[in-house]
Amino acid sequence: MDAQNTSVIAVDRLVKRYKGVAAVDGISFRLARGTVTGLLGGNGAGKTTTIAMIMGLVTPTSGTVTVLGAEMPRERHRVLHRMNFESPYVDMPMRLTVRQNLSVFAQLYAVPDIGERIASLAADLDLIEFLDRPTGKLSAGQKTRVSLAKSLLNKPEVLLLDEPTASLDPDTADWVRSRLEQYCKDRGATVLLASHNMSEVERLCERVIIMKKGRIEDDDTPERLLSRYSRETLEEVFLDVARGRRQSEAAQ
Amino acid sequence: MSIADTGMNFSLNRVAAMVRRYWYLLRSSWPRILDLIYWPTVQMLMWGFLQLYISQNAGFFARAGGVFIGSVLLWDILFRGQLGFSISFLEEMYARNLGNIMMSPLRPTEFLLALMIMSIVRLSIGMIPVSLLAIAFFGFNLWALGLALAAFFANLILTSWSVGIFVAGLLLRNGLGAESMAWTIMFLFLPLTCVYYPVAVLPEWLQYLAWALPPTYVFEGMRALVIDHAFRADLMVEAFAFNVVLFAAASLAFLKLLESARVHGSLLLTGE
Repeated sequence: MDAQNTSVIAVDRLVKRYKGVAAVDGISFRLARGTVTGLLGGNGAGKTTTIAMIMGLVTPTSGTVTVLGAEMPRERHRVLHRMNFESPYVDMPMRLTVRQNLSVFAQLYAVPDIGERIASLAADLDLIEFLDRPTGKLSAGQKTRVSLAKSLLNKPEVLLLDEPTASLDPDTADWVRSRLEQYCKDRGATVLLASHNMSEVERLCERVIIMKKGRIEDDDTPERLLSRYSRETLEEVFLDVARGRRQSEAAQ
Repeated sequence: MSIADTGMNFSLNRVAAMVRRYWYLLRSSWPRILDLIYWPTVQMLMWGFLQLYISQNAGFFARAGGVFIGSVLLWDILFRGQLGFSISFLEEMYARNLGNIMMSPLRPTEFLLALMIMSIVRLSIGMIPVSLLAIAFFGFNLWALGLALAAFFANLILTSWSVGIFVAGLLLRNGLGAESMAWTIMFLFLPLTCVYYPVAVLPEWLQYLAWALPPTYVFEGMRALVIDHAFRADLMVEAFAFNVVLFAAASLAFLKLLESARVHGSLLLTGE
């Protein structure tokens, strides 16, 4: 069995150009089942476009994306019920209560026993007291937890997270990370996490892909990246890559 | 989980989920419900009193009692049908929820069917009270048109959905920059489909265009019914044939615009 067949997500020579400008420029990677991978990069590095192509929301200019064996976006309806995502670019309808929002999405994802699933998620994500409040009346941290609950409703095998803890205070962010850690451990889900938060990536991810100007600049485990760049933290590695310092220069 | 619910096939369950989502929104906001009734009532009263005034001073209009009110009520079915469809779609863009929807297993056909159901729900909330007010104020009973009303309604709602589907495609492709189309596109039909006057009033070259639009047949049919007391089934059949073509063209345009939105990356960023 080749790597493409064993990979849950397979990205192959993926290119996305907007009006001739490459947002993603020929990247390839494969994610194995049950792994958590961080996608790092500065603003405009191509992280969100890459995730959007994996979700089937954006059609690649060239190259292919395969998720759970389905080519995206052409065959997306074969696998969308096994995936989910959370992104700061989307919101839940504000006038609907948390319970109404979650029940609508649960029905869309054909979740069995919707009431029980919502109660279980509400307990896990500390949402019980907010369930019957309009989503728009919640704080940023509470809304993030609701979005996270939505992304876990169908117990996805593939979870795509675009800056899941952006705009959260450190305590709430840490709390969200521990819930994600628990989910991945329990479900064995494959997770791709785009983030600017290096400590988050260090804590959650066993592999880090660093993007710059639409290309993959580096791809390794956090430990090996730290060792190769002779740095103490991923943030320092990220700055080395962002500022174009080579590993040898960084080590000096 | 049944195969029908996994995203592989059309699922009425997902359509029901979307209808539920819009119903929750509608019932959570009394201004939204009031808005459905307010303007059709104002329109009906204005045209009704105008007709009353004219009929007291002109023989033809005395004979053709109800033509203006009939026109305005049927026009509202056409206009409000499209608006009900487009506003439900716009609510997703205002709420920045389109990404969630497009990433879910919901299929475009299921999304469109949910919007069609909501257009009928919204239309009913507005039109049923207004049609009863027309009886109370002017003695014009739209419901007395019976089978003819069903034929008028079916043709008008089909046209409104076709326009709504096309506008939804434009919104997907161009974001909220195309929002004004949702509010104004139907007004192009107002002069061309001869809502308040016979087709014969138009210059000959424009009549060809008018007869290519399904609502023209409905408004001509309504005038034949109210003035001459004759139900023109032939006009309804022709309107239906044009509607089938229009609906197919709008659906194709929607799919092409959706494809284009995926190519241009407009589905996540649906702002201006």
